Amino acid sequence: MRALTYQGKHDVRVETVPDPQIVNPRDAIIEITATAICGSDLHLYDGVIPAVMPGDILGHEFMGRVVETGPGSTLEKGQRVVVPFTISCGQCFHCAQQQFSACDNSNPAEKQDLTEPLYGHPVSGLFGYSHLTGGYPGGQAEYVRVPFSDVGPIVIPDGMDDEEVLFLSDILPTGWMAAENADITEGDTVAVWGCGPVGLFAVQSARVMGAHKVIAIDHYPNRLALARQMGAEVIDYTQTHVLEALMEMTGGIGPDAVIDAVGMESHGFAPDNMLDTIKQTVGMGADAPHALRMAIMACRKGGRISMPGVYGGMADKFPLGALMEKGLQLRTGQTHVQRYTSDLLRRIQEGELDTTFMISHRLPLEEAARGYANFANNQNDWTKVVLKPGMAA
Amino acid sequence: MSYIHPEDDRVARHGPRARRRYPRGTAAALGVGLVLLGGLAAQQFAPRRMPHRPPDSAPGRTSRQSRYGDYAVTGRSVTINKPRQEIYDFWRDFSNLARFMENVESVHEAGDVTVWTIAAPAGRSVEVRTRIVQDRPGEEIAWRATDDSEIDTEGKVMFRDAPGDRGTVVEAVIAYKPPMGELGRLAAKLFQAEPAVQARRDLKRLKMLLETGEIATNRNRTDS
Repeated sequence: MRALTYQGKHDVRVETVPDPQIVNPRDAIIEITATAICGSDLHLYDGVIPAVMPGDILGHEFMGRVVETGPGSTLEKGQRVVVPFTISCGQCFHCAQQQFSACDNSNPAEKQDLTEPLYGHPVSGLFGYSHLTGGYPGGQAEYVRVPFSDVGPIVIPDGMDDEEVLFLSDILPTGWMAAENADITEGDTVAVWGCGPVGLFAVQSARVMGAHKVIAIDHYPNRLALARQMGAEVIDYTQTHVLEALMEMTGGIGPDAVIDAVGMESHGFAPDNMLDTIKQTVGMGADAPHALRMAIMACRKGGRISMPGVYGGMADKFPLGALMEKGLQLRTGQTHVQRYTSDLLRRIQEGELDTTFMISHRLPLEEAARGYANFANNQNDWTKVVLKPGMAA
Repeated sequence: MSYIHPEDDRVARHGPRARRRYPRGTAAALGVGLVLLGGLAAQQFAPRRMPHRPPDSAPGRTSRQSRYGDYAVTGRSVTINKPRQEIYDFWRDFSNLARFMENVESVHEAGDVTVWTIAAPAGRSVEVRTRIVQDRPGEEIAWRATDDSEIDTEGKVMFRDAPGDRGTVVEAVIAYKPPMGELGRLAAKLFQAEPAVQARRDLKRLKMLLETGEIATNRNRTDS
């Protein structure tokens, strides 16, 4: 089959690799009909997440048709499914608590040795996202092997387009959980750093959850326009002092909740961020959490911080004093995708959520490398890239 | 088997610290200050030499001393979301052990002796012969190497109910005399065949197998 493989920093290529097979009883094989490049794939592309090996197949946002099932799978051949990026067994303590992204059993035992010393505990398996999370081949390919296929995939009714439901795999539930972690009540003002796909879905989700006002912060005019389209007021940090503006836009109180949808590779020329970026360039595993620092400083006393942005290692110059002295709450984590998929599918069907407004480009799988390069380097115009293995080049 | 609780410096680390004050001003005052500091430091370090320190609650295998005479001791706990008796029964059928123990090629019983064929570094394999020394159904199985075993080892696995309906805590403890001593232990660690590494991974595989019916793998094909 053809698959997008990692070769090195800023070097991904579509290559011919062996087709996947059923290996474990609960596996299914999915023929991919649509897959997307995620903002977090750019962390891999930029080489800031460790333990990505040349030849690894990337991609964790994908959907398709079931073509083969193991004896323990509950799927049927021919069904259309969206597959969560988190691999979860459904039977461990964490899965029973619906903490699907904390599954004990999905990361192969020998791979767990990588994150246990790094994070104190091993993390669960994810598709196409470095050997820290299992080294599972991802879905930017023609076919993918889906372990625990009786737990993860959600069956899509006929009549719904791929593009309407594809983002159930990651960014929609991730934006939704980000808003849920912000614990929004009516009258709240919520500030969102980053108008990438997750930030945009967080804006939309916060509105659905009843936020009085959502303020979105970015520097790409096109992405700010999309946030405005979703009902947000916007701040362009290249034009405006963000902290001052947030105070003035909230009657001197500050946002009740803040969402960091930027993660480990903040942009901008603030002194702390320039230092972080240098450190990140010379050594892997260092985070550049400028957006998070700003969010903590901006948040009102006793407010909430939600952190869907991806971080991988260590941070410094961290405003721990502000966090403590203002009595802030911080909630974060890889998304517990399976917790949200059926509710969000219903909301899409009922027209409550718009899931396609951010798609800027549709490419055949063969042009995936071009998609990565532009998504990384032309972020104003390339807001979301969907790859279609079946599309004519 | 019994394990000593060796002393460590936990109490000392959390003990009260003397407050240090540096006198300001002249060099003479600084000298006085240094003498004073020396005295305070001596006071601070003195308790570390105190012979009596009661053992803490941690298992002996987590102590800073990892060897007891010629024996290396290792162990690991895992909580498995299954009833105690079910896990005991699975383990007690020794032929199951090779299903989740990566370096164990086979285990079979010959009379009252259990024969373990274990993969060793450089494509070799060693035969470990053990005899059950304790078998309490649903609670504990302990074994010790026979005199003609290639490796001198003893171990036990214990099963107890986990709090809060989380299933069963499985705790495995292994003591062994590393072939070729400490050098052999380090060599084995290098090849990831050391019991500490194996215990950690194998108990996770046991948990996967019992909770999910399969052992997680990222292999994309049966032949890869």
